[in-house]
Amino acid sequence: MEGRGSDSRRRAARVITITSGKGGVGKTTLVANLSVALAMQGQRVVAIDADVGLRNLDMMLGLENRVVYDLVDVIEERCRLRQALVRDKRLSELFLLPAAQTRDKSAVQPADMIRVCEELREQHDFILVDSPAGIEQGFRYAIAPAEEVLIVTNPEVAAVRDADRVIGLVEAEEKGPARLIVNRVRPDLVRRGEMLDISDVVELLAIDLVGIVPEDEAILVTTNRGQPLAFSSDSSQAGRAFHNIAQRLLGQDVPFITLREPGVFERIFRFMRSEGDGS
Amino acid sequence: MRIFGRLISGRDEPSSGDVAKERLRLVLAHDRTSISPALLDTLKDEIITVISRHVAIDTDDVRVTFSQNARETRLVADIPLLPQRRR
Repeated sequence: MEGRGSDSRRRAARVITITSGKGGVGKTTLVANLSVALAMQGQRVVAIDADVGLRNLDMMLGLENRVVYDLVDVIEERCRLRQALVRDKRLSELFLLPAAQTRDKSAVQPADMIRVCEELREQHDFILVDSPAGIEQGFRYAIAPAEEVLIVTNPEVAAVRDADRVIGLVEAEEKGPARLIVNRVRPDLVRRGEMLDISDVVELLAIDLVGIVPEDEAILVTTNRGQPLAFSSDSSQAGRAFHNIAQRLLGQDVPFITLREPGVFERIFRFMRSEGDGS
Repeated sequence: MRIFGRLISGRDEPSSGDVAKERLRLVLAHDRTSISPALLDTLKDEIITVISRHVAIDTDDVRVTFSQNARETRLVADIPLLPQRRR
């Protein structure tokens, strides 16, 4: 678990599962951006879409047209692992192992995931497993190969409650201690006291924080284009947040960003607009 | 008028963020321990029965709650004693 530096090329990959309990907290978007950020740091990355039946990581990465084989094809030996990996043309050390779209979670067993990750370990530095939502079979096989677990949550009651449940399950599987990423933070709401603060969430869940990602329209726009925000790291707070998480995973001591609120003019504009439409 | 309304009304009621935190604190304690609110009430009633058998307590003000330290949960009973009446 200790931070491995740039000499990690000589070592086997770290297998990190990203999970959340609740769906829709931005897990897949995070995995896509974290994969890109790590690959931009020169790491050899494989992102595995473990959400069999609901494949989406390929779209988040903009690789949906290049999928030929998938995870279940590998498990059922219709192809070799190498053939199923989709290489990203923008970053030659970034690969996607897509989920099957026309199968369901029963097609994958925990032992299958362990075997696949074991085979990938020698050739890569990071294997990121994008877990399905929930705590059933999909979650079980997604955490089976994990050496580290990242929990994604939003500062919102249902997401925090589900995160707590998953943290308990991760501990019970002796995969802990999980670390926390708080996604979709809105500094303006936090300032007005209408959103859980980061410190509240960390205190409630009582695990180490590894990332804070603000809500950012740019994520929607870049996802629309299949070009994860992390590619253009300097243009937005969220983009920088993804790179900060990547650096922390690499053992660097990166201070947490102070979330900037919308500027004065932006706020006046929003205020006038919201008053104007009577909302 | 929302902003002005809030300025006038001030901070009489806790913000929704604080309410969320308090609700979560409680529900997470229940989730982690599998002690339901109903079971907590039962525990409280029985604690009151046992303690009152021996000392005078203010039964209306007994609080049985959870306290959290990291991911460890404790059951805490706060039982006010009634002042001893001089005979």
